[in-house]
Amino acid sequence: MLRNFQLTNRQSPITILLLILVSLAIPVTAFAQDADPTAPTDDEVNAIAKEMYCPVCENVPLDVCGTQACADWREEIRMKLAEGWSEDQIKQYFTDRFGDRVLAEPPRQGFNWLVYVVPPIAFLAGVIILIRGVQSWRRIEPVSVGDEPSPQAEEIPADDYVERFEEELRRREQ
Amino acid sequence: MIANLGFGALTAAFLVSLYGIGASFYGMRQNKPAWVDSARNGMLLTFPLLTLSALCIIVLLATDHYEVEYVASVTSRSMPMYLKVTALWGGQAGSLVFWSWLMSAFASAVTLRKWERDREFLPWVIVVSLVTLAFFLGLNIFVENPFTRLWQFPSGQVIEKMFQPAASSLFYPRDGQGLNPLLRHPGMVIHPPMLYLGFVAFVIPYSFAIAALVTGRTDDRWIRLTRRWTLWAWMFLSLGLVLGSRWAYDVLGWGGYWGWDPVEIAAFMPWLTGTAFLHSVMIQEKRGMLKQWNMVLIILTYSLVIFGTFLTRSGVLSSVHAFAQSAVGPLFFAFIGLTFIASMSLLFHRWNDLKARAEMTSMLSREALFLLNNLLFIGILMVCFWGVIFPLISELFTGQKVTVGPPFYERANGPLMAGLLLLMAVAPLSAWGHSTIKTLGRAVWKPAVAAVSVVAAVVFSGISNLYAIIGIFLTTFVMAVTLYEFGRGAAARGRRHGENFFLALWELIKRNRRRYGGYIIHLSMAMLAIGIIGIEIFQSETQGSLRQGESLTLGEYSMTYDSLAVFDAPDNRNVARAVVSVSKDGKPVGELYPRRDFFYDSQQPMTIPGVRSTIEDDFYVLLVDWEEISTRSATFKIYHNPLVKWMWLGCWVFIFGTLVAAWPEKESGLAPVLASRKNREAAKA
Repeated sequence: MLRNFQLTNRQSPITILLLILVSLAIPVTAFAQDADPTAPTDDEVNAIAKEMYCPVCENVPLDVCGTQACADWREEIRMKLAEGWSEDQIKQYFTDRFGDRVLAEPPRQGFNWLVYVVPPIAFLAGVIILIRGVQSWRRIEPVSVGDEPSPQAEEIPADDYVERFEEELRRREQ
Repeated sequence: MIANLGFGALTAAFLVSLYGIGASFYGMRQNKPAWVDSARNGMLLTFPLLTLSALCIIVLLATDHYEVEYVASVTSRSMPMYLKVTALWGGQAGSLVFWSWLMSAFASAVTLRKWERDREFLPWVIVVSLVTLAFFLGLNIFVENPFTRLWQFPSGQVIEKMFQPAASSLFYPRDGQGLNPLLRHPGMVIHPPMLYLGFVAFVIPYSFAIAALVTGRTDDRWIRLTRRWTLWAWMFLSLGLVLGSRWAYDVLGWGGYWGWDPVEIAAFMPWLTGTAFLHSVMIQEKRGMLKQWNMVLIILTYSLVIFGTFLTRSGVLSSVHAFAQSAVGPLFFAFIGLTFIASMSLLFHRWNDLKARAEMTSMLSREALFLLNNLLFIGILMVCFWGVIFPLISELFTGQKVTVGPPFYERANGPLMAGLLLLMAVAPLSAWGHSTIKTLGRAVWKPAVAAVSVVAAVVFSGISNLYAIIGIFLTTFVMAVTLYEFGRGAAARGRRHGENFFLALWELIKRNRRRYGGYIIHLSMAMLAIGIIGIEIFQSETQGSLRQGESLTLGEYSMTYDSLAVFDAPDNRNVARAVVSVSKDGKPVGELYPRRDFFYDSQQPMTIPGVRSTIEDDFYVLLVDWEEISTRSATFKIYHNPLVKWMWLGCWVFIFGTLVAAWPEKESGLAPVLASRKNREAAKA
């Protein structure tokens, strides 16, 4: 309601006057509830909203989204909390209405399990490939690397230089 | 007129690119160097042509030519000049031209600098970069033309066309739609160019890799030739990422810096493979191993660079960043697929030439630890890639759209990133070729003791979060090892040359810039990690509605609502600006001005936080809501973000580190090497 007034302030003076009268007449829930100690706090609302996404503002969590639609959703969460709903019930309520996309993560069921199991399996596969690769390298006969002098050693003598220091250092430390 | 000139230059550049590809191919096949030289001249010609084309767009933008559709879509009369000019990359068509312009500049720089030295590679480098360039220019000419104009028919109908349709006249809108307000920020002026510089610069090492595969010159020459390019590319990409984070922190008003948004991840993925590549090429240079793997990494990086440009620009995965949406998606997809398949086929063709020459002697050797480093980077890449495409897969197979948000990425990537920190601490102390527990332990124990004592102090001060303790241990361990390496090296040099410590340190770094530049970058990564640990683990927040004079408290901070003013700003936006005073431990520390801007032309709100930033923590205030007329009360959301400033400081350190590592050296040292190589080759012949 409040934002509506701001967004439409190019409208005719009569509309604006009406809006002012209406907004003065209706106590605004967000501010009125502060006096009531049993009302849900903003932090309680945000704690739930933080883990939700509205279908329109993709990738902006509900607790920080600046659009009017998201403000309305937060208000709805506040009302449900005041009615004594639990966090899970509220999330379920929105999921039933808008689908799984309102949750920050796919629920762990059915097809969605793929999102959770593929990365660890891929990582394990990577570990196995790495281990097998290392084993195959270990079997390689040490070809004399010196058949063609490595240009690296010529170009950057400095690294060699530090290697010598380190050797010296190790000797001194022993 | 200007639009026609720009379009003409663009088309000429496209034709010249196609000619260059053909000429270079023909010249190489038929062994006719004149054709290759001609291809090179064509390559060089694309740069002035694209410069002209980009300048035409800039002139159109700066002079309010709203009959040009692109100009009307990204600028408006009320925008300041610097935003009009930089709107060149504010929309899709313009940013593709900008991409091409950078590509052409880099490729020209490569062919201009070392033509004689790199003659065997450069014809193929020209082919690869011109193929990339021609693809982007083709997109610009056939799909996303920045010079398309608006034409009006007598019936009143307005259409977009490059050239005048019969019986129509140019349509001049009174004003443009203006740039997306989220992009009207100085950070957004430099973030995209940095990212693009990084993206485009990675095409150069890729071109050399392909050239090496085609010519069969499969030793590490291509890597050494492009080492600096890769470092610069890496630095720009890193900078682009950090600037983007900073922009999110300053402008998006969500109290954070990174939201695991698909477009952020799209820019992060080439960074992961690029960073893995920077490390694993060292194994090839030192030990002649991992040649095939390095090829895979640079091919992946190239594909991910194109994929990153595609994600930001196609809208297939719409997100806060995907401002520009269009039909270029399938074309990008086809191009990525074709180049990837072609590159991999080429790699398999040369697979046996790329076999390792050395053996792996110890699992604790430097090269073995680098392998682990690569495994972790690729692990993070897998998580990111899977998280980004899973919503599409889910939609395709089940019809259900899902969100894969921050909890998924944080849970999966957290341990992998911790593993990287541990490697960053241990690997610099391990030796090439051979290391044992004993030798490694002897090197590591001193920094480890330092890190453990810091952790003990932290635990003693009352921090009990396990993740925080692990994180603090790892970051201090990295810092201790890195500083220890500097100290140890300088002391050794000092003793040997009789130099004092600082002179020895200076000389040491000067003579081993790549190594110590790398260590400075490690330090900066530890600083970034400190900032990330601070905000991820210790961030706290609260929200409340306050009447004027009332306060909201969060930890040791308290914030009082003083006043709020709502007014129209000249650039067509409505501003609600609050004044709040902040105190810490009861002592006033200053005022903050969180505000909400509402842009009339795009009907979009924007929340700008008020931030008090110190090295210790940030106090971050958002104006969420307010009572319209009286402004007697307002709702604020406040965040306490400990240590986050370390991230931005770390950014300066990594720039410095990269400059140390990548600054061009005097070429004199190379001359004898080149001469000796020539002699060798002559002797062989």
